[in-house]
Amino acid sequence: MASVEFRNVTKSFGEFTAVSDVSFDIGDGEFVCLLGPSGCGKTTSLRMIAGLETPTSGQILIGGEDVTHLHPKDRNIAMVFQDYALYPHMNLADNIAYPLKVRGEAVDKRHGRAKEVADVLKIGHLMDRLPSQISGGQQQRTSLARALVYPARTYLFDEPLSNLDAKLRLEARGFLNHLQRDMGMTAVYVTHDQAEAMALATRIAVMDQGKIVQYASPIEIYRRPATTFVANFVGNPPMNLVEVEASQGDGKLQLKAEGLVIAGLPMSDAIGKALSVSNKLTLGVRPEHLDIAEPGAANAISAPLFANENMGPESLVTIDRGEGARVTARIFTDDHLELDANVTLSFTAEHVHLFDSKGLRIPALGE
Amino acid sequence: MKLTFPALFGRIAFSALATIIGIIFALPLLWFIFAPFNARAELGLALPDPWTLSNFATVFGNSFAMQALWNSFIQAAGGVVLVASAATLAAYALSRSSIPGKGAVTYILLLFSSVVSGSAAMVPIFLIISSAGLMDTHLAVILTFAGGLLPTAMFILRDFIDGIPKSYEESAMVAGASPVQAFFDVALPVIRPGIVVIVVWSFVNIWGSFLIPFILLRSSANMPAAVAIYSFYSEAGTPVVTLLAAYSLIYSLPVVALYLFVSWKFGFRFFGGIKA
Repeated sequence: MASVEFRNVTKSFGEFTAVSDVSFDIGDGEFVCLLGPSGCGKTTSLRMIAGLETPTSGQILIGGEDVTHLHPKDRNIAMVFQDYALYPHMNLADNIAYPLKVRGEAVDKRHGRAKEVADVLKIGHLMDRLPSQISGGQQQRTSLARALVYPARTYLFDEPLSNLDAKLRLEARGFLNHLQRDMGMTAVYVTHDQAEAMALATRIAVMDQGKIVQYASPIEIYRRPATTFVANFVGNPPMNLVEVEASQGDGKLQLKAEGLVIAGLPMSDAIGKALSVSNKLTLGVRPEHLDIAEPGAANAISAPLFANENMGPESLVTIDRGEGARVTARIFTDDHLELDANVTLSFTAEHVHLFDSKGLRIPALGE
Repeated sequence: MKLTFPALFGRIAFSALATIIGIIFALPLLWFIFAPFNARAELGLALPDPWTLSNFATVFGNSFAMQALWNSFIQAAGGVVLVASAATLAAYALSRSSIPGKGAVTYILLLFSSVVSGSAAMVPIFLIISSAGLMDTHLAVILTFAGGLLPTAMFILRDFIDGIPKSYEESAMVAGASPVQAFFDVALPVIRPGIVVIVVWSFVNIWGSFLIPFILLRSSANMPAAVAIYSFYSEAGTPVVTLLAAYSLIYSLPVVALYLFVSWKFGFRFFGGIKA
């Protein structure tokens, strides 16, 4: 196992800059998720660690060694591809043992080791099959087995679960989490699924337009999103963002928006500083921190009901504030909710997130 | 299902027309199958009476005709090996590498390929082969065909390789394989169905070609079968239909056999293993 470090890495494809001056480091034994929408540069970053792309500028280090211009075969890494890339003409035994074959291991030895790994992944009974003769979930585990069959310095995952159906994906995610606890492997995991990132990562790097927007632990990213982009990307459903006009009165912060009633939030120096630039702020509240309240309640927002979705243990209640601005609440009840045409959703001051006019987080009191 | 009268009539008319067209196309084929076994075959279609192998006996006794079949095989096999191997390497490079303008290169090559082995270029080809001192050799025929077939072969194969995900070789290289290992272990087996298409296509092309060997070869010892068919004439200059028919059947068998072998051994199937 080894650490990975990016030093001012930029990668351009002609006019298009996929990764723009990115620096971060991944500690030995860390499981880091690169999270972001498609085209944010996360896969390009991963491919640069693998050596499948060469940075336009900057350096990449694995275990302290500069590998920027090293061929993939000399990096001693393992990678799981989104499309699995199983060799169609080889049976599972040869597929899984291929990394050992190119390392010059004898047939008996490499097939023995392949069988061991395959048994752990519960595909040991399929070793004579071709990739086309097994199910999608088994193909996924085969590609995982091929990555785990030799001791690599770093394990790279390129959206490995995105081709599985929902149930298999949860199962595979749990297995990867278990594996990480078991092996303590250094891993870089690319995904656009925030739930996967939250579940697996020790740290998440949220990427947008070729840059890292926030690099922190999942809890930190959930509790203190650095920007409205992160707030909107992490969480299911994502954080509700309401544009407000802010003012100061009686030593309290007052927020004005259609349907919003605020009893006054505690002021801070950080808020004062943001207000001195612009009084246009963004109020953020996570759906799980909203509750149904009586009309006219303090710290609440009301609007006509848009949707009422019963999910079993919870209901998603969405209200429509017009022009596509919607607010969703997660109400934890397994009863059917009877709602009026107009719904009021309330929250407490401690669950309020504030972002300035540029979308950057305003630290709450005590942060 | 009930059909209205006009619809029924239309169907009958269509079927009748299709049958007539089918018969017109089937007649030469039937002649091709019957005539070789008929000792008195003429250009008209007739059932052999009796069935006989005497035509074949005469053909097998003709050493020039037999040598010609062997010559055809040498030229076709040599051309196929050259075209398939060169096209595979070139198409792989054109597909996978980032050479600027590689698309234009392929299209220009394709454009000129029809010229190289076409009759328009016969004089320059003759002059080139002649000044290279290759006249009347198998190599002359093989090289000319390779030059003519390669661009199209590269074009077809490049298209095929473009459709194969790069992640096959990428996963091999990340696993520790050199580019050469990744090519032979992973890429080549996956490309194989495309190569088989090229092999069959170029074999058929060379095997059936008349003009190029006719012009580039002098001695009867080097002539391929396509030219040798020309020799089954009586001294009066009329074709000896019986021998011609038997020889034609023998001449066509390798191509049929190649198709059967390829579809039995390789099929034209693709195996999967990439999850799309």
